[in-house]
Amino acid sequence: MAHDTTVLVLGGGSTGCGIARDLAIRGVDVTLVERGNLTGGTTGRMHGLLHSGGRYAVSDQASATECIEENEILRDIASHCVEETGGLFVQRPEDSDEYFREKLAGCRDCGIPATVLSGREAREIEPYLAEDVARAIRVPDGAVDPFRLCVANALDAERHGARVETHAEVIDLLREGDDIYGVEVRHDSGPGKRTHATPGTTEEITAEYVVNATGAWAGRIGAMADLDVAVRPSKGVMTIMNVRQVDTVINRCRPKGDADIIVPHETTAILGTTDEEVDDPDDYPEEQWEVDQMIDTLSELVPIIEDARTIRSFWGVRPLYEPPGTGTQDPTDITRDFFLLDHAERDGVGGMSSIVGGKFTTYRAMAEEIADHVCAKLGVDARCVTAEEPLPGSEDIAVLEEGMDSFGLRSPIARRSKQRLGSRAPDVLETNENEANPVICQCEGVTRAEIQDAVEQSGSDLNAVRIRTRASMGNCQGGFCCQNMANELHPRYDEETVRDALDELFQERWKGQRHALWGEQLSQAMLNYALHATTMNRDNDPANAPAQVDYAQFDGGA
Amino acid sequence: MAITDDVLVIGGGLAGATAALAAAETAPDARVRLVTAKQSTLRHASGLIDVLGYAPDSEGQGQEQEQGQGQTPIVDPFAELDTLPTGHPYERVGGEAVRDALEFFDDIAGDAYAGGHTDKNALVPTHGGTVKPTARYPTATADGLASDDRDALLVGFETLPDFEAPLAAAHLEAAGAPFDARGVTLSFPGIVRDDAKVTRYAHLLDRNEQVAAAGEDEIGAREALAAAVESHLEGEPRVGFPAIVGDDRPAAVRESLADALGVDIFEVPMGPPSLPGLRLEDLLYAALEDAGVRMTSGVPVVDYETGNDAIDHVVVDRNGAEIPHEAAQYVLATGGLVGKGIESGRERVSEPLFDCHVPHASDRYDWFVDDVFGEQPYARFGLAPDRELRPLDANDDPEFRNLRAAGAVLGGYDYAAEKSGAGVSLATGYVAGTRAGEESE
Repeated sequence: MAHDTTVLVLGGGSTGCGIARDLAIRGVDVTLVERGNLTGGTTGRMHGLLHSGGRYAVSDQASATECIEENEILRDIASHCVEETGGLFVQRPEDSDEYFREKLAGCRDCGIPATVLSGREAREIEPYLAEDVARAIRVPDGAVDPFRLCVANALDAERHGARVETHAEVIDLLREGDDIYGVEVRHDSGPGKRTHATPGTTEEITAEYVVNATGAWAGRIGAMADLDVAVRPSKGVMTIMNVRQVDTVINRCRPKGDADIIVPHETTAILGTTDEEVDDPDDYPEEQWEVDQMIDTLSELVPIIEDARTIRSFWGVRPLYEPPGTGTQDPTDITRDFFLLDHAERDGVGGMSSIVGGKFTTYRAMAEEIADHVCAKLGVDARCVTAEEPLPGSEDIAVLEEGMDSFGLRSPIARRSKQRLGSRAPDVLETNENEANPVICQCEGVTRAEIQDAVEQSGSDLNAVRIRTRASMGNCQGGFCCQNMANELHPRYDEETVRDALDELFQERWKGQRHALWGEQLSQAMLNYALHATTMNRDNDPANAPAQVDYAQFDGGA
Repeated sequence: MAITDDVLVIGGGLAGATAALAAAETAPDARVRLVTAKQSTLRHASGLIDVLGYAPDSEGQGQEQEQGQGQTPIVDPFAELDTLPTGHPYERVGGEAVRDALEFFDDIAGDAYAGGHTDKNALVPTHGGTVKPTARYPTATADGLASDDRDALLVGFETLPDFEAPLAAAHLEAAGAPFDARGVTLSFPGIVRDDAKVTRYAHLLDRNEQVAAAGEDEIGAREALAAAVESHLEGEPRVGFPAIVGDDRPAAVRESLADALGVDIFEVPMGPPSLPGLRLEDLLYAALEDAGVRMTSGVPVVDYETGNDAIDHVVVDRNGAEIPHEAAQYVLATGGLVGKGIESGRERVSEPLFDCHVPHASDRYDWFVDDVFGEQPYARFGLAPDRELRPLDANDDPEFRNLRAAGAVLGGYDYAAEKSGAGVSLATGYVAGTRAGEESE
């Protein structure tokens, strides 16, 4: 039987995109399907920490060792996604000396460069650290942009011939007897790039082998073929500050606990997190106390956070897993290691493996191991090169830095654009001399050329444009720029499509702001509401209203 | 020694300016002073004077309502004023006061504004493309009304991403506007930087600066703009531009363009920074000067003293020096959440100058609903006044005998949903200022 594709990867997060890239480079014909946008599940909902491994140096040394190895690889192959911030494990007076010593020893055991700083030395690096911070361990933690990294993997997979379908939700696994041979998907707006207001279609995609890389949703996919994949989804909150109170990753040096990390991320700092098991990865409470806990507890490390402005909060769901019978009660004790479940070996059902557990920093190593496994199944003899081959955007970065071309942009904007685009900057920003390239998003310094490049990749989906460019992710949370981003869709897309795309983005931006509605951000929210409702009348737009407006009734002029 | 006035208005937006003007008119011999802490929010405002575009609390509106199931706009806002719920600022001051306030505004605005010839709302296309109901509009916008069935050419500029003219034209069609609209996107003569400020466009036209023209020597910016538009005209009798058509001399610029093209010219109101909003501010400040209102700007009120259930004096901070200001009557017009006349923390919403009572839910997760355009409780935050516009405390007693409040610092209405912001500022500013003037004597 002829298949549509050799390997079908389910899930467009870091794991799925990493597997698709790895296999595609090895010459395997790959299709990837994702129900929403790339990173739409857990990948786009993490704190952006590139682990040094320090966090696991006491509790899970195998993971810690793997983290430091992958940390070094990503600095190399994904340099345009990584900011080498460094990290501190900070000890307060009430935190245990013994644990501090264990942490230091653990780092050294795992090959994680670690140095001890006095409280004063730590405050020289991070002046806003609390006065009573006793000492700290310095490690090579970093910040990573999960959106950019994931999209770069998908782009490179496509360059190597892969088909990547977003907004294609798996609605059934195709199983015949003890063999899984593909899936049925529902395309939100037909195959290819997403276009709003286009009717959906369904498609059966058959494959020689299926890889279920849907993380916290893996159990749901398994159930479609009566397979039991006991993922234990665990939610965690992250609260985004409007500026960077710190330029170094700040970890609390104590065994485990909620609200113990601050990650500087682009223009913001992200506070995290909690760890609480949930039943349904799509439907769980997002609660006030979780946000308050982030602010109150992390203020013990960085006191100015208490009164600082947050712009939104979001929750992510970890795809935790442990083998049947382990019986761990507290989700914080469940291993962060990943598991490859070969359903042929495990359940006697061939044609599919599921990947569960794992963490973002080690996505590439996971992908390599899974790709090796799939290649063995398929009899493909090709070596993994993803540890050496830079991702699109991280190629020839030295050449870019030498050139320092500002592409006709004012220097802060050019600098930000180049940080985001890396080595793709000349391709994207070198617009025709006669074409204007105004700034579309002032907060993040995103120009028309960058927006158009993202639209080219992702269709009319403005959230997909957002994750590629950071447009609408700054202080105003899209109040000033959402409609300008939507304007950029025209005339490629018609007016109704643009209107739908704008409504969807604006509502998405509101979703996270609901958890930051006090102080400056409540004022900002009111301003955004006023601009969009008062001036643009988007809340009562006659174009959306069921009843036709009788224009002749109104003032037609003096 | 305190600086002594009869009426002290705090806040320099539309409500504060109107209150000061009304006080000065009511009590010609009174000393009226306006103190402002910072730039007003008029730079965010479209410059349109809304009275009431949609009914509040009407059936079908609210949290459960799906987006896209909007109401139709109110034709005659004045006819609806008596139907508003108790506590709405219009209900507090009464429908007659709203009419009086609009007349008062019409006198101040003179020929800079239009719409006073009828009680009916106008439907004005704004930069997003659709129309919004409003009661008064700048003369610059008068030829753009959507009930006017003449065809229109909309002109946008490559370097002004806030207004995508072809998209706006298509949006007007989707909104059912009774005329054909077309849009074109041009490059603006004389704009060399992609991130030029809107005032740069306006000043090019104001001063008719010499700009490079194709195949010619330099010509005036107005002629160059008209020439760029001319080849795109297909017989439309009116042409709309984003609201950058002049800053200091908008009428002259429109006239030049109209003469050159043989069409009527109108402006499409834009988002911030909004020149029509800033022109309205200029107009108000000129009127304040003419009326002899004393102006002190850049001075936040930092403290106050009371006596006898009344405010005795307030203290302002002038470059670090604390200066007492004493008056018989005070008007608080410091704005809402946007203007920072209303502030909030994680636990509480407050009025920062006098700590007047602001009704609100104690749980901040009850301050919002999940639909961004649903019935948002936060949009109604503000002071609850009596019919004299004196802010009431939690027991419904006036906070101070001689303090009135006007504009967005008042609560109980959602100006964004109702399209009532400017109207409430005018009506409450007018009433608060008039009463303060009367009682100061």
